[in-house]
Amino acid sequence: MQGVKEKALELLASGKAQRVLGWKTGEFFYDLTPGVFESAEEVEREFEYGVFAGANLSKYCIAESKKDGVTAVFLKPCDAYSFVQLLKEYKVKREKFYIVGVQCDGMCDMEKIRAAGISGATAVSEDGDTLKISTIYGEETMKKSDALLLKCKTCKSKKLVIFDELLGEQGEDCPESHRFDEVERLERLSPEERFSFWRGELSRCIRCNACRNVCPACTCETCVFDNHNLGTDNKAAASDFEENFFHIIRAFHVTSRCTDCGECSRVCPQHIPLHLLNRKFIKDTNELYGAYQAGADLESRPPLMDFRKDDCEPSVVYERGGAKG
Amino acid sequence: MQKIGVFVCHCGTNIAATVDVETVAKTLGKEPGVVFTTDYPYMCSQTGQQMIQDKIQELGLTGVVICSCSPRMHEQTFRKACHKAGLNDYMVEIANIREQCSWIHKDKQEATEKAVILGRAAIAKVQLNAPLTAGTSPVTKRALVIGGGIAGIQTALDIAEAGFEVDIVEKQPTIGGKMTQIDKTFPTLDCAACILTPKMVDCAQNEKIHIYAYSEVEQVGGFVGNFHVKIRRKARFVNEDVCTGCGACTEKCPQKKVPNAFNLGLDTRRAIYIPFAQAVPKVATIDPDYCNMLKNGKCGVCAKVCTAGAIDYKQKDTTIEREYGAIVAATGFNPIDLSQFDEFAYSKSPDVVSSLEFERLMNAAGPTGGTLLRPSDGTHPKTIVFVQCVGSRCEDAQKGKSYCSKICCMYTAKHAMLCREKYPDTDVYVFYIDVRTPGKNFDEFYRRAVEEYGVHYIKGMVGKVVPENGKLKVQASDLLDNRQLHIDADMVVLAAAIEPDKSARSVATMLTASMDTNDFFTEAHPKLRPVESPTAGVFLSGTCQGPKDIPETVAQASAAAAKVIGLLCKDSLTCNPCVAEPNELMCNGCSNCEKVCPYGAITYIDKEFRGPNRTTLIRRVAQVNPAVCQGCGACTVACMSGAMDLKGFSNKQIMAEVDAICR
Repeated sequence: MQGVKEKALELLASGKAQRVLGWKTGEFFYDLTPGVFESAEEVEREFEYGVFAGANLSKYCIAESKKDGVTAVFLKPCDAYSFVQLLKEYKVKREKFYIVGVQCDGMCDMEKIRAAGISGATAVSEDGDTLKISTIYGEETMKKSDALLLKCKTCKSKKLVIFDELLGEQGEDCPESHRFDEVERLERLSPEERFSFWRGELSRCIRCNACRNVCPACTCETCVFDNHNLGTDNKAAASDFEENFFHIIRAFHVTSRCTDCGECSRVCPQHIPLHLLNRKFIKDTNELYGAYQAGADLESRPPLMDFRKDDCEPSVVYERGGAKG
Repeated sequence: MQKIGVFVCHCGTNIAATVDVETVAKTLGKEPGVVFTTDYPYMCSQTGQQMIQDKIQELGLTGVVICSCSPRMHEQTFRKACHKAGLNDYMVEIANIREQCSWIHKDKQEATEKAVILGRAAIAKVQLNAPLTAGTSPVTKRALVIGGGIAGIQTALDIAEAGFEVDIVEKQPTIGGKMTQIDKTFPTLDCAACILTPKMVDCAQNEKIHIYAYSEVEQVGGFVGNFHVKIRRKARFVNEDVCTGCGACTEKCPQKKVPNAFNLGLDTRRAIYIPFAQAVPKVATIDPDYCNMLKNGKCGVCAKVCTAGAIDYKQKDTTIEREYGAIVAATGFNPIDLSQFDEFAYSKSPDVVSSLEFERLMNAAGPTGGTLLRPSDGTHPKTIVFVQCVGSRCEDAQKGKSYCSKICCMYTAKHAMLCREKYPDTDVYVFYIDVRTPGKNFDEFYRRAVEEYGVHYIKGMVGKVVPENGKLKVQASDLLDNRQLHIDADMVVLAAAIEPDKSARSVATMLTASMDTNDFFTEAHPKLRPVESPTAGVFLSGTCQGPKDIPETVAQASAAAAKVIGLLCKDSLTCNPCVAEPNELMCNGCSNCEKVCPYGAITYIDKEFRGPNRTTLIRRVAQVNPAVCQGCGACTVACMSGAMDLKGFSNKQIMAEVDAICR
């Protein structure tokens, strides 16, 4: 996408925004990390946008929302859903942001490029459907669709639900995303198989809290897992499998608020498919309470924070679980 | 450190027969904080209560645990007793070792162990209890009655009699309910309309009663003493205040082929109608499903003939909002759908009718003007077969109801008797499983039907009814004579089971009142609080609570009114001090609690907090209005941060109980 950096410069110069929330290069060239820029010089020096700008900037808006003046922020479609959800929960103030919607056709994952047998990469750029990778051994190419982040492969929507200005075209929902395929596969397993699947996956957790820190739905002042007064932290710690508690309770807490931005799985250093837990809850909520997309609008109520007379009865748990009530 | 006293009740043998109460008392004595334990035959007795009070004063107890029956029974008793001894009401915890332990276990060792565990949980909780003080909330001195049948009418009249305002919401165009369709009433055989219509008129004339007919309750908020209700007034397309009820429109309307619901479809009426002569309010209603003007804009006859100018084709549904102190559910019943009972040929022959249809066929205001004629050919039936228990006491849950509908034996005896009296040349058979006639003068009534009127009562069920050449071939068994019977009948009358009105479930949901598996409203106590729902401020009147005849319905209606009056007499109610309380330091301002609060007790404010390095932070935090909060706890589970807590049932207390149970 051309023009993102130029737009950042333009917004600072025009005074429409006092600062810009965007991306900059981290430790490695493929490691684009969120950054706040307050001057044209900073933007010129550090601002980067490209195929590795997978990071969702919405959560960083919480901190920027507390500052004086207006922050310009670049939001991709999936990030925009998160932003709206944050607005709904009063975590950000609309008037503090100038939102530049950036259309996106998927961000790339360096590990996928390496997995394709390309090593020694020094720069990656896109040319239509092709990725051009410069390596220390010469130029390489691969199909972009093979290098996409997991979350981009099953993109739910290219619609920008909130913006002041648009870079690129407005997009549509992607109903053919197949994002529940993997959940359905797990649902077909026996309870024992499913349990051992999750035990296996979660056993790799090192409780680095990256998923919690990146999650736009995890915005508590004090997480229940850090709250010594509540006693929950001790309860979890007393178990020989604390990670079970952590991930399942976290999934419960974000149910019907999770926009399925996929950041949890993207940042997990242990490659735990955490998004599957959230997607299972999204799928169940859709089935039990009607289709609902968190962050799609400002008015609707999350199904679990709402009560309607035609809501399913609690006994549905038994019916779905196959147990006799 | 708390000083806790534990008092274990024997409840005679109710607990002591299954639970080793002595061991329970002894074992719980070893729990931390417990300074005294004892067991006693009847803790709720005067002596038992005195013992608790003495120990509070003697040992300076700071907390009391009573292992006894359900807190629903005696929590108040023990709280009051402890209060008198100077202990705060909310430092008392009940461990239910009767309903939840002794009554459901057979093995003494098992029950004893469980009683100890339940006691431990209560001790763990009381360790974390804090004294609480209750506030008060005002009472809106107005009652709402949902349903305008005889139950609703009687309740409203009695409440109005005591001087309180009362509104009746009735979904039909007129009040009166099922009783308006009934011909005569057992056991005295007086005319139903003659005794009901004066009461309907009383309602209309009473200044304290306001009738919202053709209206439905749409939303209920609030709580006892302060309910907030939205009522939807359906469009009649007739201005209720202007219509004089002259009926000219109902005679001139060209749309004559509308099934007459009042006569259960046995004849027809016009698209604009007044259900019956004594309707209250006596105003016309246009049926939008049949009116040509409303459907395709062609007609307008009623507007032309109406001298009062009451017709308004553009009328829309309106919503009114009202505050009430108490709500009475009087949603009534309906006969069940008989289409499942094909063996009786109900859908095949018009001469097979339900008992309520039979009432209309006997009634002077009915389709036949009170002469009993067969619906098929208008001839006098000579042989009539009554079938009892159609769908009542039915084992097949798909078809019928497991319960006894209670009124069928009596009205069938009434029908049989009336037939024989009016048309002595008819043969009348009644097939029954049992004849159940408890009630004042009821059995005498039934015996008169058999002995004086010569009705053939046959114990046995009808197996099959087949329409053939204008007759109904009835095949039945006589269980006492042990033989098969074949009767050529002219009419068959089915005593259909009754079920709660379909609207009852949505009403119950709005009122948060509980229902049983048959969708009858549940009482607060089946014997001792029969007219109160477990939801405070919601009362039950008539058949919505269970099958009842008219005398019982009226008695219960008046009882419900008495309860309402008792509530409305009070200027204020003591609030529940177990209300929600947010921890502002942990609140993340998400508004989830505000969204789930059914009482509107939670608001948010921007509040200044100290930040790091001598800075101030403005944060959005929740505030609870304790006078409005009902302590339901919905907010505490909606709060992801655990910032919202319920006094008296804090997360920590519940966790401590669970810990004690799992130890």
